[in-house]
Amino acid sequence: MKQYLLAVHMVDGEPAPSEAQMQQAYQAVGVFNAELRSVGAWVFAGGLHPPSTATVVRAQGGRVVTTDGPFAETKEQLGGFWVIKAADLDAALDWAAKGSAACGGPVEVRPFQESPEE
Amino acid sequence: MPDPDAAAIERTYRESSGRAVATLVRLFGDIDLAEEAVQEAFAVAAERWPATGVPPNPGGWIVTTARNKALDRLRRESSRYSRETQAAALLEVGGETEEAGPVRDDQLRLIFTCCHPSLAAEAQLALTLRLIAGLQTPEIARAFLVPEATIAQRLVRAKRKIRAAGIPYRVPRDSELPDRLPFVLAVVYLVFNEGYTASAGDDLIRSELCAEAIRLARLLAELMPDEPEVLGLLALLLLTQARQQARTGSGGSLVLLADQDRGQWDQDLIAEGLGLVRACLRRNHPGPYQLQAAINAVHSDAAAASRTDWRQILALYDQLSTIAPTPVVALNRCVAVAEVHGPARALELVDQIGLDAYYLFHATRADLLRRLGRPDDARAAYDAAVTRTANRAEQAFLQQQRDRL
Repeated sequence: MKQYLLAVHMVDGEPAPSEAQMQQAYQAVGVFNAELRSVGAWVFAGGLHPPSTATVVRAQGGRVVTTDGPFAETKEQLGGFWVIKAADLDAALDWAAKGSAACGGPVEVRPFQESPEE
Repeated sequence: MPDPDAAAIERTYRESSGRAVATLVRLFGDIDLAEEAVQEAFAVAAERWPATGVPPNPGGWIVTTARNKALDRLRRESSRYSRETQAAALLEVGGETEEAGPVRDDQLRLIFTCCHPSLAAEAQLALTLRLIAGLQTPEIARAFLVPEATIAQRLVRAKRKIRAAGIPYRVPRDSELPDRLPFVLAVVYLVFNEGYTASAGDDLIRSELCAEAIRLARLLAELMPDEPEVLGLLALLLLTQARQQARTGSGGSLVLLADQDRGQWDQDLIAEGLGLVRACLRRNHPGPYQLQAAINAVHSDAAAASRTDWRQILALYDQLSTIAPTPVVALNRCVAVAEVHGPARALELVDQIGLDAYYLFHATRADLLRRLGRPDDARAAYDAAVTRTANRAEQAFLQQQRDRL
């Protein structure tokens, strides 16, 4: 089994979803998470606070520089993610389609590098 | 005199390297390993066949030798591969493996891998031409009109992504087919084109590539009999293939459609193609391949070039330009415009198309300029066309047209 990151991207400046939409998404994501767990595809998942809450730390030449984040000055920012186990990319893409429908945003699928002992 | 063994190896390579790579990919699940092993097998053939003679089943010999080479390599690099992988490959060799999908064809499976939507369109085409059709990187570069280094880089990146992302080797499920199919059709069409007019070398027609594309199109039609574009593609290839004999004259020279001996056209292929076009018309879900097939059907229907229904062809091109507005379609449409509205109007339209790297753009211009009584301009256009094709039959034809001015 390979592991994949399913990353949910949020676009900064887009109108915030309504309370009802938020509730619906929470519920749908809950159902999706339960399905991931029930078939053993779940590794880890989490939603993130907005990018404005981020802090960037750089350890360089024995000094630590701490600055207000986010690191990348782009409109699209990571909003949350799943780490899943899947047999191949097609299986991961099927999960991503369900995840995208649940959270209401596009999902980027990226394979993890295999660890040496695998 | 050509070495008969070298010719046999060359022929075997053209006929079976693609199938051998696909089978090795099924056995080992690794494209690079499969390609390298098949290359090694051909190197062994080049060494041994002159002494031992060509084996009775050269393609099978290549697969067996390549499998052994791959296993040798796995043993040498055993830290990277488990013993189970090796055992599985050994067990599967020779016998058919169980397949979940409706098709038991290694190449069709590999085509769907090569045309996976997670790969960029250019990468899909390059991969399929390399892995399914067995083309070399320089040939692919000419088919795409892009530099060789670009294609080499695309291939490396695409293979890396297939491996890293875990793109599977399988035919998609029925529910996935509508999304996956257009990519595969585009690639089969390109394979046929590369065979019909080889981008380099002495032979105008590489019949194996055409046969390979038709074989794949037939397989797809069997697999998806309700997809009109699959039938349209098959019809297009059959109707084009039907003219193959008439398309070359003595010494392999190129004969234009208007000058072809229509008695040489393959009536069986035409009948099959026309039947498919009629079936598509009844379904009434036109798409780019069906329209191109219909255009070819109009040509096939004309007993003589002078009796071609150009108005109908132009109407079909108008429809095609709406759903597939590409520069090449616009260029081909101009040929019909010249017949219906005259060469002056056609030249006006051609000059609005930006296809400078495409030899047929210049060849089409040259012909229109000749008809308009502008021989100096026509000569310059033929010169531009000659330098943009590496196919010697086409070069000779263009040169001959130029000399006739």
